[in-house]
Amino acid sequence: MDFSIASILLLDGATNGAIYALLGLATVLIFAITRVIFIPQGEFVAYGALTLALLQLGRVPGTVYLLVVLALIAAVLDIVAGLRRGVPTNVVAMRALRSLVVPAVVLGLTLWAAPLKLPLMFQSLLTLAIVTPLGPLVYRLAYEKLADATVLVLLIVSVGVHFALTGLGLVFFGAEGFRNPSFWDARFSAGALTLSGQAVIIFMASIALILALFLFFERTLRGKALRATAVNRLGARLMGISTSGAGRLSFGLAAFMGALSGLLIGPTTTLFYDSGFLIGLKGFVAAIFGGLASYPAAAVGALFVGLLESFGSFYASSFKEVIVFTLIIPVLLWRSFQHGHGDDEE
Amino acid sequence: MIKSKLRFVAVAVAGLTAAALAHADLTIGVSASLTGPTSALGIPTKNGIDLWPKTIAGEKVNVILLDDATDPTVAVKNTRRFITEDHVDVIVGSVATPVAAAMADVAAEGQTVQLMLSPVNLPEGRGGWSFRMPQSTAVMAIPIVEHWKKTGVKTYGFLGYSDAYGEAWLKDIQTAADKAGIKLIATERFARSDTSVTGQALKLMSANPDAILIAASGSGAAMPHKGLVERGYAKGKIYQTHGAATRDLMRVGGADVEGSFVSSGPAVVAPLLPDSNASKALGMKFMSEYEKAYGKGSANQFGAHAFDVVIVLEKAVPLAMKKGKPGTKEFRVALKEALETMGRTPVSQGVLNYTATDHFGFTPETGVLLKVVGGDWQVVQ
Repeated sequence: MDFSIASILLLDGATNGAIYALLGLATVLIFAITRVIFIPQGEFVAYGALTLALLQLGRVPGTVYLLVVLALIAAVLDIVAGLRRGVPTNVVAMRALRSLVVPAVVLGLTLWAAPLKLPLMFQSLLTLAIVTPLGPLVYRLAYEKLADATVLVLLIVSVGVHFALTGLGLVFFGAEGFRNPSFWDARFSAGALTLSGQAVIIFMASIALILALFLFFERTLRGKALRATAVNRLGARLMGISTSGAGRLSFGLAAFMGALSGLLIGPTTTLFYDSGFLIGLKGFVAAIFGGLASYPAAAVGALFVGLLESFGSFYASSFKEVIVFTLIIPVLLWRSFQHGHGDDEE
Repeated sequence: MIKSKLRFVAVAVAGLTAAALAHADLTIGVSASLTGPTSALGIPTKNGIDLWPKTIAGEKVNVILLDDATDPTVAVKNTRRFITEDHVDVIVGSVATPVAAAMADVAAEGQTVQLMLSPVNLPEGRGGWSFRMPQSTAVMAIPIVEHWKKTGVKTYGFLGYSDAYGEAWLKDIQTAADKAGIKLIATERFARSDTSVTGQALKLMSANPDAILIAASGSGAAMPHKGLVERGYAKGKIYQTHGAATRDLMRVGGADVEGSFVSSGPAVVAPLLPDSNASKALGMKFMSEYEKAYGKGSANQFGAHAFDVVIVLEKAVPLAMKKGKPGTKEFRVALKEALETMGRTPVSQGVLNYTATDHFGFTPETGVLLKVVGGDWQVVQ
């Protein structure tokens, strides 16, 4: 190993690490606010990348129908719940209609735009518009009723959601992989090191998103409400913060970050309908670094996972995944020695 | 959607009806990976099975198709069901190597012929009832090593899946290349779900071999290929295995796979073959049938294996019928003997010649070396 190889590996690891950081942050965000260990985080990555791939081919991606179906189910459930509580029929109907506006608009837009093969940028935005609303809907349908269940029950639900989303992915996208066109084809060379435009975009987008999240939590009322929910659900509710609203918002953010990650790595590798799982799992390992509570620690952990993976694939490619996932054990040991055996379970 | 020519016995009712059907007709139990990591192989296989005729050798055919989700445990359960409940005459499947391997023991225990849709290497003494429909990696390595000999390659590197497919290729290419005096100087692994092969590519590049063989399948073969090219390795020195001989390689790989070589069975490139090739006519027949049903450019080796199952059964079933009726133990034993003694049999994917000791069967004339030129295949003579 010489300096040039090390620098190439470093760059490669950091690029992947930036993606894991986004997913790790999303995992921490969801866990802090809803106590859900969100295993299907990676599925949003695959959905994002592959939805764009199908749009590129001029086809209507199945994810948009999933969006509409989930929204309809949620609307029906809302209507039933509303009528049972004795809310006036017209109010219930209005609420249900309002919740269907976004999916209907997205569906219309997709049906119109898909065959036109519009510019990549527009298709990317459309992809985000399709995948992001899936997050709140998944929360609404799978988790909301169980909001007060134990972490273990929520984890089991997550496993179920993961299998459901992966299976649907196979139906929507087929078994073969896709590779998206690059957003920016530029290449910058410095000696043996080549920095691709796509890698630059990955870094910029990750940093921008992390900054935006920081500002959101520090400066806006909704962000502060989310933080309050994370600190104490009951207390937040007493202060008039809707905890289910907070849950939906956090899932929306997570879906957005997942889909964005998918758009970012789509051009650098071949993604399959089930690729998201391993990518999401590495984000999860990063989140473990932060004890599922600290955003900066999760980001640092993500960078470390990325680097470990890249150097691991150079030194012992057959054991790459083993190295990355074995890492959880010492980290957990270290964390439990450091913090004792405090049980967060309420 | 095409209308299924077959009578599929639905999973739910199979248990009830199979017993009644089994004694009259030829019953085939298929376990294929329609979901899970190798669904990319299983789905085209099912497409091929959907085109099976209603009768084979004059016998009515009942197909029981089950999904094994690329899970050996499920496949074993399927196989046991085929044997104990459905009393099938032949088991077909599965498409994934570890899954098909797990089924072999159950098939042998139940004394039922298994036509594997994956080139599984089994240790001596196991898999006595299992016959492979795809070419062994050893046979498919021949055209690659021949080409290396011709072009003066002295050293090569290996970049393969960290699974049974990669292992099998590593072993067989080494055996063939050692004989030709070509040395393996770097071995690297990756997984289909990996997001980058930068580390592996750098290591291979620093060893600087004359050629690099990538052992991967489907669209998963394109990522390492692009990774090597991005690091500056010459496209014309990269070789791919028959698992990559699908259009997905060009679809995902684009310009980066241009000029590279792929080892392949003859079926998918039938129109390009010289007329003297024994598989040309059968390959053309397969392609026209398959593409008629699923669209132009859809033909693939997995569908071809399903097609070949019928050719093999057409020849072996009449021989076995002399000793017993389908549905009986005598028939099943006779079918195994018939397969082992029926001799040279051209199929769409090469020329088979099973013997009691060789259940791979494909003769060395089987493999074809392709080159990617202008986004299409070209046969390397």
